[in-house]
Amino acid sequence: MTLLNALLALGVLSLLFGALLGYAAIRFKVESDPLVEQIDDILPQTQCGQCGYPGCRPYAEAIANGDDINKCPPGGEATIKKLAELLGVEAKPLNAAQEVAVKRVAFIREEECIGCTKCIQACPVDAILGASKQMHTVIADECTGCDLCVEPCPVDCIDMIPVTVTAERWKWDLNTIPVKLVE
Amino acid sequence: MPTLFQQIQAGTLWDFHGGIHPPARKAQTSGKPLVQMPLPDRLYIPIRQHIGVAGRLIVSAGQRVLKGQPLTVADNSMAVPVHAPTSGTILKITEHTSAHPSALPETTVILAPDGKEEWRDRRPLNIATADRHSILERLQDSGIAGMGGAGFPTHLKAGMTQPVDYLIINAVECEPYISADDALMQEAPTTIVKGIDILCQLLSPKAVLIGIEADKPIAIAALKAACSQREHYYVREVPVKYPSGGEKQLIQLLTNKEVPAGRRPADIGIVMHNVATAFAVAQAVLDDHPLLSRIVTVTGETVLQPQNVLALVGTPVSALLDFCGFQSEPRQKVIMGGPMMGFTLPDLSVPIVKTTNCILAPSTTELPDAGPELDCIRCGQCADACPATLLPQQLLWYSKAKDTDKLKEYHLADCIECGACAYVCPSEIPLVQYYRVAKAEIREQQREALKAEQAKARFEARNARLEAEKQQRLARNQQLAATRQQAQPADSQDAVAAALARVKAQQDASAEKSREQILAERELRKQQALAYQAQKAQTNESAATQSDTKTPTAASDTATTQSAAAEADSKAAAIAAAEDPRKAAVAAALARAKAQRAAAEPLTPAATAETKPVSPADAEPAAMAPVSDDPRKAAVAAALARAKARQAAASAESSPEPTSSSAAETTTPVAEQPDARKAAVAAALARAKARKALSNGNGSQTE
Repeated sequence: MTLLNALLALGVLSLLFGALLGYAAIRFKVESDPLVEQIDDILPQTQCGQCGYPGCRPYAEAIANGDDINKCPPGGEATIKKLAELLGVEAKPLNAAQEVAVKRVAFIREEECIGCTKCIQACPVDAILGASKQMHTVIADECTGCDLCVEPCPVDCIDMIPVTVTAERWKWDLNTIPVKLVE
Repeated sequence: MPTLFQQIQAGTLWDFHGGIHPPARKAQTSGKPLVQMPLPDRLYIPIRQHIGVAGRLIVSAGQRVLKGQPLTVADNSMAVPVHAPTSGTILKITEHTSAHPSALPETTVILAPDGKEEWRDRRPLNIATADRHSILERLQDSGIAGMGGAGFPTHLKAGMTQPVDYLIINAVECEPYISADDALMQEAPTTIVKGIDILCQLLSPKAVLIGIEADKPIAIAALKAACSQREHYYVREVPVKYPSGGEKQLIQLLTNKEVPAGRRPADIGIVMHNVATAFAVAQAVLDDHPLLSRIVTVTGETVLQPQNVLALVGTPVSALLDFCGFQSEPRQKVIMGGPMMGFTLPDLSVPIVKTTNCILAPSTTELPDAGPELDCIRCGQCADACPATLLPQQLLWYSKAKDTDKLKEYHLADCIECGACAYVCPSEIPLVQYYRVAKAEIREQQREALKAEQAKARFEARNARLEAEKQQRLARNQQLAATRQQAQPADSQDAVAAALARVKAQQDASAEKSREQILAERELRKQQALAYQAQKAQTNESAATQSDTKTPTAASDTATTQSAAAEADSKAAAIAAAEDPRKAAVAAALARAKAQRAAAEPLTPAATAETKPVSPADAEPAAMAPVSDDPRKAAVAAALARAKARQAAASAESSPEPTSSSAAETTTPVAEQPDARKAAVAAALARAKARKALSNGNGSQTE
C-alpha cells in the first residue's frame, strides 16, 4: 500500500511539473534567437563586411552558429572580449590579416566627383548625399568608416581620412602631448 | 530640534568626508594689490572657452573691431559668444593651441590691439525695470560662463525654472597658491553683491550662502560689510581643507545636503555660482561690460613678482609671465590652474581663457616631479582622503584592467578628480590620471554605442527602403506586362477563349428556352382541358346536377391555378427575357393587382358560400374551402378559379383554338370586357406562350 502511495504521489507530481513546464514553454516562448540579438548589439554596426558577411547582423547569426569571433576589425579587441564573455569562449586575437585601423570617415573630393551615384548605392547606412550628375558629399557624423564606397568610385575621388580628435574626445593620453620644455 | 533652515541661519557648518591639508602658499600673492596688465602685442581668443558649443564666427580677418564687440554669435542655448577684449584689428582666424590639457588646436581669433581702447555702444540694463528674459539674454550675450573652472554657461544655471532654496556663492578658493577670488573680493565687494542681487532676482532663493575659506580674513570682512544691508545673505567662514571648494563638498559643508549620484545640485534646490561669475554678471548687466578680462594669479618661485593680475582674455601666458618677471629654469614646468587640478602647459603661447584662474611657474624644488610610480600597497589612505567617499584603490585596479562595468559599479563617474588620493598616495601613483583615462574611455564607448545604434537603425531603414523599392518595381513590371498583353490584338488563345464563351452563352440561352417551352406547353394543355370542361358544363344547364359535376373539376382547377400562380413570377421573368419587356411588365402588374384584390376580399366568398350556392362560380370556393386551411389562400384560389372559368367561357365563344389567335388580338377583349380583363390577360399570356412554344419548339421534346 505504501509503495502504491509513493508511486501515486510521484506520478502525480511528475504530471504536475510536466504540465507546468509545458505551460511555461508555451507562455514564455521566445520568438527569435536572443543570442543573435545580443551578439548584434555588441558588434559595432559599421556594416563594413570585412568579416566576410554582408553586414553586422549576418555575422552575428554566423557567430551564433559557431563562426569565429575575431573577424571584426572595426570592433577591435574590445568587441572580441565582449563576445568571448557573452559566448563563454576564449578571446582570440584579431585575425592576422585584418588589422585594427584608426577610426576613419570617408571624404569625397567634391571637385572631382562626377555624380555617378555609385557610392550612394554602396553606402550601407545612407551616409552619402547626392543625386545623379550632382556632386556628392559624405555626412561625416553618419559615416561608419566601412570603406565600401571607395571601391565603386570610378574616378577615385573618395578618401578615408582619420577622424580628428577633439578636446571632448581626447583620451587623456598625456604621453603623446608634445611637451615642450621651457629652456 | 531646529529645522535645517534655522540651523543654516544660526551659522551651523557641517563637514564632508576626507579631504587633505596641503600647504596653501597663498601668502605670496594674497596681500598684494591687484595689478592691471598692459595690452599685450597679440591676443589669442579661442572661440570656445566654455563647456558647450562654440558660437558662430561673425568677423573676418582684417576687420577692425571695437572693445566689447562680439566675435561670435550664440546660435543655441549651449553657446556663449566671445568678444574683442580691446579695440584692434583681426590679424587672422586660425587654429591655435588651446588652453586644454590636450593642447589640441582650436579655432582662435588673433587680434592685434591698437591701444585706443575704443568701446562699442554700451547699453546698461535698468535692473529695476528689466524683465527676466532680457537679463538672461544679456548674460548670454555677454559671454558669461562659470568662472570657477568648469565654464558652464551662466545663463542656463541662472535661468533654471526649478524652485531654488539656496543660492550658494562659491568663494572658497581652496586650491593652494590661488588667490584670484580673494583679490576680487578685496577689490570689488559691492559689485559682487550687486551681481548676487541680480542672480537672486533671477532665481529668488530663500537664502544666499557665501562660502569663504577662513584663511581670507580681509575678503570675509569686505563681503560681510557689503552684505550688511541684505537680510538673507549669509557669509560663512569654512575651515581650511582641500577640496571644500568643490561644488558637492561646499553644498555638504553649508547645508548638510548631498547631491545624489548622477544628479545636479538644482535637483535638491541648490544653485551655486562662483564669486567671479557674480562679479561678471554685475558688470554685464549694470555696465554692459561683457566678459573681457579676469583676475589671474601668477605665482611660483620662478616668478619674481607673484601677484594677481587683471588680464584680458586671450593674453598669451608668455606675456603674462614676462610681465610678472618670469625667470625660467631648466626643466621648467608652467601649470595652468592650481597644483592639484591644473595641467602642465605644453607651450607658453596658450592664451588666458575665461576659466583660467592661475598660472603657476614653480621651481623644481618647490613642486618636484613625481617619483617613479610604485605598486599599490592597499594602505587605504586614498579612501580616507576621498571627498566623494569612493574607493580609489579599487578604481585604480579596475581602471588598469579596463573593466568598465566594475568602474561603473564603483561609481567612477562621481569622482571629482580633485587629486586628494594621488596627494596622499605613498606609492606616488597618479591615480587621477588613471581615472581620467578610464572616464574618457567610458565616454568614448558610450558614444560608440550610440553611433552603432544609429548606424544600425540607418542600415535597417535602408534595407527596408530597398525592399520596398524592389516590391514596387516588381508590381510595376507585372502591371506593365498585363497592359502589354491586353494591347496585343486577338491573340490565338484569346480567340479560343472568346469562342468558348460564346458557345457557353448559347447553351445557357437554349437551356432557358427549353424550360420556357416546357412551361408554355404545360399551360397550353391546361387551357385546352379547361375549355373542354367549360363546354361540357355549359351543355348541362340544370343547376342541381351542376354542383355535383363541377366538384371534381373545381378541384382540378384549383390545382392548376395554384401551380400557375406559383409559376407566375418565373413566367413573367422568362417572358421579359425572351420577348417585349413591356408586355412582361404589364403581365407582372396584373398579377400583382389580382393578388391584391384577392386579399381585399378574403372572407366574403367563404362566408357566403354556404348560404348562397347560386352561381357555379360561387359554389367552387365553397367546395374548395375545406381543402385549404388558410382562408386567404383559399380566397385567392377561388378568385383565380372564377377568372379561369370565365376566361374559358370567353375563349370557347371567341375561338375554338386559342393558340392560333395572335398577341395583337388579345388587347381587344381586354378593352371590350373590362370586367373579364384578368381572364383575358391570362388567356393572352397563355396564347403568347403557346405560340412561342410552337415557333421554336421544333427540336425540344418536353414530355
